[in-house]
Amino acid sequence: MGNFLVWAIWLVAAGACLATGLRVVTASNPFSSALSLIGNLASLAVLFLLASGEFVAAAQVLVYAGAVMVMFLFVIAYLGGRADAPWAGGTRLIQTASVISAVSLLAVVFVALMLNAGGRLSDEAEVTRAFGSPGEMGRLFLTDHLLAFEITSIVLLVAAVGGVVLGMRSAAEELADAKPSLQQTVASPEEAAR
Amino acid sequence: MSGPGIPWYLAVAALLFSIGVAGVLLRRSPLIVLLSLEIMLNAANLAFVGFSRLFGEMDGQVFALAVMAVAAAEVCVGLGLIVAMARRNLALDVDTLTELRG
Repeated sequence: MGNFLVWAIWLVAAGACLATGLRVVTASNPFSSALSLIGNLASLAVLFLLASGEFVAAAQVLVYAGAVMVMFLFVIAYLGGRADAPWAGGTRLIQTASVISAVSLLAVVFVALMLNAGGRLSDEAEVTRAFGSPGEMGRLFLTDHLLAFEITSIVLLVAAVGGVVLGMRSAAEELADAKPSLQQTVASPEEAAR
Repeated sequence: MSGPGIPWYLAVAALLFSIGVAGVLLRRSPLIVLLSLEIMLNAANLAFVGFSRLFGEMDGQVFALAVMAVAAAEVCVGLGLIVAMARRNLALDVDTLTELRG
C-alpha cells in the first residue's frame, strides 16, 4: 500500500513537472510561462523529497519558487506589453533544426545512461534518516565543502553588484534627461541679450 | 526503497533538460530563454539528487544547492540586462540583438 502511494505521488509529480515544463516553453504569454515554471519547481521539490533530499526540496521552494520567481514576475510586470513573446523565432528550417537537436540530445543522454550504467542503477545504497537533513547538509557545507560554500557567497556578491551596476542610470542618460530643462534656462538669457 | 528507482528520475531529468534546450533554441524573447535555462538547471539538479540517493553520498545534494545559488546569480544579472535593454528601447528579441556595443 505504501509502495503504491509513493508510486502514485511520484507519477503525479513527474507528470506535472513535464507538463508545466512544456507549458513554459510553448506559452505565448510570459506571465503564464513564469507561473508554469513555479509549478514546475514545486513538483520538482516533491521529486526531491521522494529521493530523500529534504533540505534541497525546502531550499527549492523557498529560494526558487519563492524569491527568484517573484523577481521574474516583477520584471515581467514592469515590462508590461513589451514582454509579450510570440512564440517561435527564426525560419521554419531553424525551428525544425532546433527541435531535431533537442530530441537528438535526449537520445544521446538516454543511450549514454543505458550503456554506461545499465545494470548498476538499480541497487541503491541504504541511507539513514539523517540523509538529506539540514543538520547533515550544514555539517558538509562547513567541513568538506567549505571552499565551495565561500566561493558561492562571492559569486552571489558579484552578481548583486553586477545587478546594481546594470540597473544604474549611466551619466549619459542622466544628461540626456536633464538637457531640455538645462537648455531652456541657459538659452533664455542669451536670447534676451540678442 | 519503495517506489520508483533512480532510472525513472534520470529519465525525467533527461526529458526536462531537452524541453529546456528546445525552449532556449526556439524562443526569441530573452525572458523565456532565461526561464528555459532555469528548467535546464533544474533538470541537472534532479539528476544530482537522484545520483546522490543512488550512491548514498550527500555531496550531490550539496552541489545541487550550489547550482541553485548560481542560478539565482544568473537570474539577477540576466534580469538586470533585460531591464537595461528595455530602458534603452531595444527590441526584446534575441534574434535582433546582435551587437554587444553599448
